[in-house]
Amino acid sequence: MKRLIDPASAFPALISMAGVTLFTLLFLHAESQEAVLGLTLGAAIALLLLARFGWNARAAASFAGHSGAGNASVIIGVLVVVAVFYDQHFPLLMLASVLLYIVVCLGLNLQFGYAGVVNFAGAAFFGIGCYTAAVLTEHSALPHLLVVVAGGVMAAGIGSLLILPVLRTYGHYAALITIAFGILFRVFLEVNDALGGPQGMKLPGMEIFGWKLNDGLTFGDIEVSFYANYVLVALAMAAVAFMLVRRLERSWIGLNLDAVRLDETACAAFGIDVARWKITAFTLGNFLAGLAGAVYAMMTGFVAPNSFTFGDSLILVSIVILGGIGNPWGLTVATAIVLILPEKLQFIQEYRLLLYAGLVILILLFRPGGLMPRQVRNYFPGWKP
Amino acid sequence: MTLGLLSQYVFNGLMLGMIYAMVAVGFTLFFGVLDVIKFSHGDVLMVGAFTGLATYLGLQALGVDSPLVQLLVMTVVAALAMGLLGALIAKYLVLPLRLAPPLNTLLITLMLGSVLREAVRLFYPQGSNPKPFPRLLPADFVSFGAFTLRADSMILLLAGLAAIVAVHLLITRTKLGLAIRAVAQDAETARIMGINFEFIVLLTFAIGSGMAALGGLMNGLYYNEINFGMGLLLGVIGFSAAVIGGLGNIYGAILGGFLFSALQSIGAVALPALFPGTSTAYKDVFAFAVVIIFMAWRPTGLIAEKKSERV
Repeated sequence: MKRLIDPASAFPALISMAGVTLFTLLFLHAESQEAVLGLTLGAAIALLLLARFGWNARAAASFAGHSGAGNASVIIGVLVVVAVFYDQHFPLLMLASVLLYIVVCLGLNLQFGYAGVVNFAGAAFFGIGCYTAAVLTEHSALPHLLVVVAGGVMAAGIGSLLILPVLRTYGHYAALITIAFGILFRVFLEVNDALGGPQGMKLPGMEIFGWKLNDGLTFGDIEVSFYANYVLVALAMAAVAFMLVRRLERSWIGLNLDAVRLDETACAAFGIDVARWKITAFTLGNFLAGLAGAVYAMMTGFVAPNSFTFGDSLILVSIVILGGIGNPWGLTVATAIVLILPEKLQFIQEYRLLLYAGLVILILLFRPGGLMPRQVRNYFPGWKP
Repeated sequence: MTLGLLSQYVFNGLMLGMIYAMVAVGFTLFFGVLDVIKFSHGDVLMVGAFTGLATYLGLQALGVDSPLVQLLVMTVVAALAMGLLGALIAKYLVLPLRLAPPLNTLLITLMLGSVLREAVRLFYPQGSNPKPFPRLLPADFVSFGAFTLRADSMILLLAGLAAIVAVHLLITRTKLGLAIRAVAQDAETARIMGINFEFIVLLTFAIGSGMAALGGLMNGLYYNEINFGMGLLLGVIGFSAAVIGGLGNIYGAILGGFLFSALQSIGAVALPALFPGTSTAYKDVFAFAVVIIFMAWRPTGLIAEKKSERV
């Protein structure tokens, strides 16, 4: 029984996380383009070398065996980054954005990573959350926590209008529906004057039980950037969403979702309600996107239709594929790479869509599982048949 | 509304519908032979239009200034270049993924569309700005009251019709078309009968992409302006048109193209009339909303694809 319980020590996981945290600090701190480029290449080479010596596999086994310690170390890593950059707006804004995008991508992952329901309107559902927050904060005095929930409910609700066509169709036909919806949504925002048209809308900062997130904390003469508050909120959301998705995946629900994706006919023959699980995954995924959108809108204080184009939806899809379809850890890493790299490497900012699109093509051709392919479910850590 | 204005709307709708139908025919051809969606189709159209423009500028520089010669050379160069591009896409991106989940083909071509779009934006000289497209067709027109019949529109409409009829004849009347239909029906059996499967697939992609190049030129000549982003919307519209009509069916694609343009015209005319104050800009919202509702009603289009699943 012993080898069922403790396959590897927790140290590889902890050391890896310490390394990743240190790298993130150096990377966010680096100013010159040469330094950023050097760090990027250095990290790539280091990862390849570590893989060569089998370290990555050990770290992965260690993470799998000690998920509690592993998750805690990730959260501590984020907090360390916040503590180091406590008075700088930009790195903290990046960090909060990454955390919120992780929530959106977790939602997408539920949809097409597990249930196989394609969604090419991720940015639109994110946008529904943003605009719901903008409208509610302007026209009502609803507490902001409820506004965030309303963002999620609205995204899920509007998404449920698409359920019937999505259920009735399969494959390419279903893809068309979400693509059409994404474009429809964007055009609608641009021509609708009540929602600010192309100029968009302004929002106030978030306020939770009297805690104004847009006021930075001060301890004596140390002033903390107000984005640190948003990082904490986003971190809490990302952690809860991550836990939810992981638990769902491990549970019988996750098994059902996988079955629905892999073979609908066989699934129906075994009495699994295909429609029910597709609806569940689609709605829950959109809900997560809407939640993240509402917080994001209040953080940036501004929403405009240009942030929710079809191209943005494609970037979200690329993140999930790059990371490894169905692997929450993979998409976490991929989100960080995809969002932070172009911000730091200014010269690729202009070329980023080209770069990601090219990268996804290569991934699909040569490594369809993504950078971190999804592993088979592991109910007993370390158990080998 | 006067009769003249109405006929103007109908004529403009026909013109747009022809362009949509040409795009949709491409989608339906690809889906027919390989059961895949090549989503970069709209962007191939855009690259075709830019190729045409570059050819025109090249001809100007060489001192060729007869509009007819310019137009012919542009058409040939754009259609051949895009045909080649289409065949390359099929060979290196679509065929290698034949055994992967069908969604991957959709994704890879979507991403290729982004690559083409971004490449034109970044690497064509000042590619991020709209480009004026030369007026090469005679600008004569006849007016009947509020209705203006422009010679160039008439020529474009006929040219589009001719291209679609030509493809249709190619597919239904020639030996090559027989091979294409055979591959579409059953690739395995077609191979056993000695049909060169890969050649036929590449050829079909080349034909479809050549059609897209023609569509791009028509679009440029009609609006006298092209830009790097025009392919995305045209691609989605062409895809919608092919799906409304029923994927894999050439008549369906044509029907779908004209239906979509009819929806847009109805949206542009009827929405402001029914709800005063709404702008005509809602026409795309209306058209796509109808497409989504339509899909719930007829999930595989008007002329449904025959589908039986072997388990």
